[in-house]
Amino acid sequence: MSTAGRPTPGFWEAASAIARGMATVFKQTFRPDTTERWPAEIVPTPERSHIGRHRLNRHEDGLEKCIGCELCAYACPADAIWVEGADNDPENPVSPGERYAKDYQINYLRCIMCGLCVEACPTRALTLTSYYELSFTSREEAIWTKEQLLEPPPPLGTDPVDREGR
Amino acid sequence: MDALDWALLVARVVAVFAALLVAVMLTIWFERKVIADFQTRTGPLRAGPRGILITLADGIKLFFKEGILPAMVDRPVYLIAPVIAMLPAFLAFAVVPFGTSVTLFGREVPFQVADLNVGILWILAMTSMGVYAVVLAGWASGSNYPLLGAVRSSAQMISYEVGMGLAIVAVLTYSGELSMTGVIEAQSRVWNVIPQFPAFVVFLIGGLAETNRPPFDLAEAESELVAGFHTEYSGIRFAMFFLGEYLNTVTVAAVATTLFLGGWRGPWFDGFAPWLGPLLWFVVKVVAVLYVFVLIRATLPRMRYDRLMNFGWKVLIPFGLVWVLLTGAVVVLPQEIGRRGVLLAGAAVLGLVLLASFVAPLVQRRREVAS
Repeated sequence: MSTAGRPTPGFWEAASAIARGMATVFKQTFRPDTTERWPAEIVPTPERSHIGRHRLNRHEDGLEKCIGCELCAYACPADAIWVEGADNDPENPVSPGERYAKDYQINYLRCIMCGLCVEACPTRALTLTSYYELSFTSREEAIWTKEQLLEPPPPLGTDPVDREGR
Repeated sequence: MDALDWALLVARVVAVFAALLVAVMLTIWFERKVIADFQTRTGPLRAGPRGILITLADGIKLFFKEGILPAMVDRPVYLIAPVIAMLPAFLAFAVVPFGTSVTLFGREVPFQVADLNVGILWILAMTSMGVYAVVLAGWASGSNYPLLGAVRSSAQMISYEVGMGLAIVAVLTYSGELSMTGVIEAQSRVWNVIPQFPAFVVFLIGGLAETNRPPFDLAEAESELVAGFHTEYSGIRFAMFFLGEYLNTVTVAAVATTLFLGGWRGPWFDGFAPWLGPLLWFVVKVVAVLYVFVLIRATLPRMRYDRLMNFGWKVLIPFGLVWVLLTGAVVVLPQEIGRRGVLLAGAAVLGLVLLASFVAPLVQRRREVAS
């Protein structure tokens, strides 16, 4: 049995190491808990965090940034994004340029929140928000449509799904 | 024995059975809460006040889950193994005195199901039965990981039972009693934990290994063996293994309390409910031992299998033997003062030296290999 060059500790050395270890663990009892008691108490997420739901952004004049290029869908390792592009009506464009997203869906049963879609997006149309209350009660609800994704996320703790089961 | 005696006996058995079920429930909750404390978490919170009903909720869930019967299993053995895991765990507790006694309907009702004159042997016998459950479950599952877990655990439990047995022998020699009540009686002046501290440590280590608790949970090492011997069990049958395991933990804590910590002994007001004090003291001591178990679990990582065996056979058992010898000398010498006493003392010292000469080269060689 190789001891990998380390000297085997003697009895007192080993016993005191175990005792010190147990004392260290015991001391943790007096440290305050770090558990967040969600949803009773909602701790605000850091300002720059992007750990939750996607959002489709608009330009300042109200036009959608998304140009329907489908790069996000190609980048997605979980195949969670569905994009259908179409040509803009020059009289009444949805987005600047030639193309826009006619349909845009993200399936949150598939999404793994890796953010590769955001990296792939050439126009910064797709970003992640810090809204993490993504529970749903049916498969249909798990698929978010373009209209839903264009909306800014509501404040945390206002999701209509009843998590307490009461 | 008349009808009333029988009725009281049955009532006692039912009461202990129910109390043990509740005790297991609370033990699991206690362990989760304490370990959460050590990890600066809160642990269970939702079910009941401070999450005390979490085990009940888990139990109900397991009860209603589908019990999958894998295709390769040896049906009768597979089905009976969880029962074997649970039953001896209950039976072992029968001889543990958890209080003094109370007078009901003019009868003296002891706080103990049965005061066997060989009580400690009964406990050893019953806890050893637990090995059968593990071995049978592993074998009957017809799958690789359970079998490996069963083989590991049978070797481990048998090895550590020897060390634990030696610690018990030392205590019993010191007390001069085999029945649990007698052992408590012998601790009226000073608890055994003081003169028999090394035996106490050996007993706790052996007890941890015997109940497959961390750091000796190699039978169900999830990083190596999925879930060990109960990999193929689900639903209520898994719950029975779980229950048996925690029952064994409670029993080991109760036996440690009885043998080393003076059982139900402790200061109490005279006159006011004289049965309540001992009961409370017993519970407090058992909880204290359980706390130490949880602290050990939270601190020490799982041992490697070869080191486990080395520790059991090359450290615990030789040490236990030396300690039994020393205890024997201390007990017998005062009785045999004179030439025989001196002879015995000489023999004991000689034996110690011999043992040391056996053990020292082993230690020395390990050091040399290391350097």
